[in-house]
Amino acid sequence: MTLQAKLMWAGLAVLGAIAFGIVALSRGEPVNAAWLVIASACIYFIAYRFYALYIVGKVFAIDRTRQTPAYRHNDGLDYVPTNRYVLFGHHFAAIAGAGPLVGPVLAAQMGYLPGTLWILAGAVFAGAVQDMTVLFLSTRRDGRSLGDMIRSEMGPAAGAIAGIGVLLICVIILAVLALVVVKALVGSPWGTFAVFATIPIALLMGIYVRFLRPGRIGEMSAIGAVLLLLALIYGRTVSETPALAAWFNLPGDMLALLIIGYGFVASVLPVWLLLAPRDYLSTFLKVGTILLLAIGIIVVRPDMQMSAVTRFIDGTGPVWAGSVFPFLFITIACGAVSGWHSLISSGTTPKMIENEDQICFIGYGGMLTESFVAMMAIISASVIHPGVYFAMNSSAGLIGTDPAQAAQVITGWGFAVTPDMLTQIARDVGETSIMSRTGGAPTLAVGMASILSEFLGGRVLMGIWYHFAILFEALFILTTVDAGTRVCRFMIQDLVGNVVPAFKATESWANNIIGSALSCALWGYFLYQGVIDPLGGIWTLWPLFGTANQMLAAIALTLCTVVLFKMKRQRYAWVTVVPTAWLVVCTVTAGLQKVFSPDPAVGFVSHARLLGDAVAAGKVQAPAKSLAEMNRIIFNDYVDATLAALFVAIVVATVVYGLITSWKALGNPKITAIEVGGAGVLAGGSND
Amino acid sequence: MTEMAMARARLVCEVVAKTARLMVGIPDYPTYVTHRQTFHPDQPVMTYEEFFRERQAARYAIGKGRFRGCC
Repeated sequence: MTLQAKLMWAGLAVLGAIAFGIVALSRGEPVNAAWLVIASACIYFIAYRFYALYIVGKVFAIDRTRQTPAYRHNDGLDYVPTNRYVLFGHHFAAIAGAGPLVGPVLAAQMGYLPGTLWILAGAVFAGAVQDMTVLFLSTRRDGRSLGDMIRSEMGPAAGAIAGIGVLLICVIILAVLALVVVKALVGSPWGTFAVFATIPIALLMGIYVRFLRPGRIGEMSAIGAVLLLLALIYGRTVSETPALAAWFNLPGDMLALLIIGYGFVASVLPVWLLLAPRDYLSTFLKVGTILLLAIGIIVVRPDMQMSAVTRFIDGTGPVWAGSVFPFLFITIACGAVSGWHSLISSGTTPKMIENEDQICFIGYGGMLTESFVAMMAIISASVIHPGVYFAMNSSAGLIGTDPAQAAQVITGWGFAVTPDMLTQIARDVGETSIMSRTGGAPTLAVGMASILSEFLGGRVLMGIWYHFAILFEALFILTTVDAGTRVCRFMIQDLVGNVVPAFKATESWANNIIGSALSCALWGYFLYQGVIDPLGGIWTLWPLFGTANQMLAAIALTLCTVVLFKMKRQRYAWVTVVPTAWLVVCTVTAGLQKVFSPDPAVGFVSHARLLGDAVAAGKVQAPAKSLAEMNRIIFNDYVDATLAALFVAIVVATVVYGLITSWKALGNPKITAIEVGGAGVLAGGSND
Repeated sequence: MTEMAMARARLVCEVVAKTARLMVGIPDYPTYVTHRQTFHPDQPVMTYEEFFRERQAARYAIGKGRFRGCC
């Protein structure tokens, strides 16, 4: 390194330290979001230069002369050597989703500092390491999937356990994401109209790009975007015309059933008609909006209204229950470390990498970008008034449905807010009420609307920006729901097919319909229960989702560790052992607490017992309204407890397999990693 | 000078368009054609329309493990 470079990196480190000092140490005065942006950017650059490049060079010892699958299997279709910037965009679009936008918003109940620290540390030491290592492993194995790699490196039993884990995470993800949409659209004719309008728009686009102008994605997307904008603007008229608004002013259970029905129809219809065009629209909208928000934050440089740390650090918060450890690390999954990414890093990306030396830029860099998206989400949640934040994210069971009562309760928590503020912000964004809009998306939308309206359009356009943000989130969540239902259907067919072989035939219409119905029923069950849950659904389901996602990350990182041992690079295995250990500790603690904690706010079983005692005494306990409702909550508590216990069992079993395999590899003087395509480093690799 | 800037701008536009297309699962068509002509000169090459439909179907093909949209 030249002296000049050394000075530059030292300067960057000092700048980052100063920015971080301002963020962490200032008390009483609001901190400007710009400091948070500078601090995280400095950390990302330093981590990339000094940690990520160290890993690829020393730990992986990547080989620039080794052919990647893109060259070995080049078919111009799946396997194509692709420019690294183009591939970076593809990879980022595939990993970015609702997770990094929702988790940090929920975590803001403890103040912005705990979440920020975890997003940065988690991404640098766990998330980005996981994404990059899985990408590296898959690139050396012809782009095989995570499940395949676990089967071949750790044995079929470990592979089967991981498969069940992936199916469970899929079901929970779909339910929670759909719940976020329902919570954002309940009683919001404007938002509901705009989201519903995307269906006919997508059908039109689908027909356009298949028959009218085949393959012209650019034209089609431009037409779709214009129509979407018109629907968004017309949505205000809909919400202000009572006769029209009545059609789109729907209660939560109705919306849930509509989304379940939609998921089913979309997954059996031909993909070109509905799924693909919506996917195109949502992908472009997603990436565009993320860029817009980044520009907005840099231009506006808003002050953070939320304090660095709130009193809810003790675990008594109204958004989700539980203390910082382990629940903060479960609440923010994507953005810090997300197991889901290991499925994507072993999907299409490894089949297109030109050279092993680009694994760092795409795998590590992609995750750092995602982590920055999470930072923007936490900034957006922190620039709105804390009182408004808690009014939006606490369930009606806690704060009631009347603004005066809610303001009183929240002021009592120490976040002074007036009923006028709550009604004014609702008026600003064109809604009748913003209270108890849990699930993160509406909070993010208010934050985004206040940032974006400040540099584009002012207060007049705040309603448009709010609903634009809702639309953008709902659109790509629903696209995930369609695509996820299909993936889930395949996994169910595969699983059931082991018992009933005829069910494996994916071309059969009957199988498709049964499979789709089963898959929709699975996630639909959790969605519907979440919607009618008097505790607000998110309160109950988000920790389960977070545990499932981190469980998958623990599995993926265990595989990475095992392979490092089998490559005889155990000297460097700490880079994956440390995050694996941390995730295992977090998921196991969180899972066990969700099952066994004596605190009924945290433990499912103690909550069920508490309600069970009340039922036995014939008492109805708030927020439930009837004995039947209480019995339903008790049943769901036991279902959720079973799931949490299952997650713990899956993690523990995987770790045991990981330890056994690593131990064996340690005793074997030869390299036992099953790679494909290298010269001389092969050990039993098959070339299929 | 301006010509060079123009060329550079055109290159950037091209990369952005390619990225946008790959984001929705459609790889570069000219690359595909070149590949077919170089390695399989005796075999037929899909037209852009066929290529587009094939890739669109493949993106959502069941069982290829094509996960997207992080949680």
